[in-house]
Amino acid sequence: MQKIEAVIQPSKLDAVKDALVEAGISGITIFEARGHGRQKGHTEFYRGREYAVDLLPKVKLELVVTDDLAEKAIQAIITAARTGRIGDGKIFVSKIDEAIRIRNDERGEIAL
Amino acid sequence: MAMLKRLQANPNHAAKLGFLLKTGLLLALCLVASAPLLAQSSAVTPERIAAIEKATAAAQSNADNAWMLTSAALVLLMSGPGLALFYGGLVRKKNILGTMMQTFAMMAVITVLWAIVGYSLAFGDGMAFIGGLHNAFLQGVGLAPDPAYAATIPAQTYMVYQLMFAIITPALITGAFAERVKFSALLVFMILWALLVYSPMAHMVWGKGGLLNAALGGRFPCLDFAGGTVVHVTSGVSALVTAIYLGKRVGYPKLPMPPHSVVLSFIGACLLWFGWFGFNAGSALASGSLATSAFVATHFAAAAAAIGWGAAEWVRNGKPSALGAISGAVAGLVAITPASGFVTPINALWIGLIAGVFCFFMVVKVKAIFGYDDSLDAFGVHGAGGTLGAILTGIFANSAINPILGAGKATGLLEGNGRQVLNQFIGVGIAWIVSIVGTLAILFIVDNLIGLRVSEDDEREGLDLTQHGEEGYDWDAA
Repeated sequence: MQKIEAVIQPSKLDAVKDALVEAGISGITIFEARGHGRQKGHTEFYRGREYAVDLLPKVKLELVVTDDLAEKAIQAIITAARTGRIGDGKIFVSKIDEAIRIRNDERGEIAL
Repeated sequence: MAMLKRLQANPNHAAKLGFLLKTGLLLALCLVASAPLLAQSSAVTPERIAAIEKATAAAQSNADNAWMLTSAALVLLMSGPGLALFYGGLVRKKNILGTMMQTFAMMAVITVLWAIVGYSLAFGDGMAFIGGLHNAFLQGVGLAPDPAYAATIPAQTYMVYQLMFAIITPALITGAFAERVKFSALLVFMILWALLVYSPMAHMVWGKGGLLNAALGGRFPCLDFAGGTVVHVTSGVSALVTAIYLGKRVGYPKLPMPPHSVVLSFIGACLLWFGWFGFNAGSALASGSLATSAFVATHFAAAAAAIGWGAAEWVRNGKPSALGAISGAVAGLVAITPASGFVTPINALWIGLIAGVFCFFMVVKVKAIFGYDDSLDAFGVHGAGGTLGAILTGIFANSAINPILGAGKATGLLEGNGRQVLNQFIGVGIAWIVSIVGTLAILFIVDNLIGLRVSEDDEREGLDLTQHGEEGYDWDAA
């Protein structure tokens, strides 16, 4: 099992969700987040005062998938979330030791 | 035919038809018989003329009263929700209720004060500087008109219309010391301010025997149709004094303090624009052509000023912002207020355009140069825009629109009455002096009595929680 964490542009969430469903992934958790990478922020003007906004709204999604689905899921996210401009986000992948379904204590891949 | 058939089929209906025919005949007979009578009563008799005059006066009075009551309601709409939303959106999330309450409290407190003594001090007979106490507790303010002010509407309509001005004026000041004043101190400050600054100024400009009254024989006739000096200069200049006296908000200008909802401010500004028709066109105190003239001038100035501010911002920052456009509209409305009943629509466009650019410059440049924390730009918009508008009134006022100085007499500078500009300066100067001296004195008293500012901790936590024990937003609520 692998955990895929991806930070993406909020405007790309719907496209990524659809792509993941198409790739056969059923479970997903999303967080509204704020952050920046190399993109840094932007400036806003209110009545002539300049405000630097360096933490931008982002969406972080987390999904745990079986090993054979991992690459498919990663490709789905990349394809759907890419605009080619700075600020498209990042994907992190890590190993997961155990998964447990709370409802009936099922363990392992069957619990995903 | 179908109906007749149905009638024949139903004897009940047939009986009804017979009754109708009989009644019709009877009516016709009556008319024929009364024809000579009617002819007789249309003869010109003194009684008949008196009756017609009475009916005409009543009709005019009713029409004027309808507009004036509507206008009074429109001006109240400018305070709550208009100004409350406009200011509320500009502060940080944690202060929205505190900010809105500062305006709403005026709707309650100033109303009571107005009934007890405020109206009397502003509009009662008195000296050149302030009214007397003859109308305290609204004695003698009944349903009969007071011809000195408005001959066709009940004195109580005039009283309640003026009350709405007395409410919004102190509420405007709250923009300068937003996010840091104690609610209890605010209440005491505003009561004293209404008595010591607003009432005297309103009396001087609009009251019987007032020093600056242009219509009722003041020493220096100052043109102020709807409150450029009385409302905007007094509130704007007092705002500046309070902003300097109280000092900056904790963290200003290092901490970013952007508006938490330009959307709320947007709704508020549009409500202000809408309500301003009551403010300016209502100041005609009648529903005639002068109201139309003021209505049109008001609208035109707001539009031109939105363009002026927006364009200035577009050039300077590369983008025209929504906040800039609505701030410009409010600046234009402020500037046209004293001029609205004196100028042509085209000159209203000029006044608006100048005001939009001028107030943008005041808010963006001048504030930064001097470094005072006029948090929501009460001075930059109302003080600066009001002063500018009062001076421009002396330039653009036209006797064809409103022959207030007498029929055929030149009114403004463009007509050849340069003296009026001087009078406008005198009016504005007095408004500045009364505001500065009065506000400083009141601030000193209240600061020593109660303390003006909340503690630094309370300021960080926000006025909503520390002053009112509630929060404006609860996003986590189910």
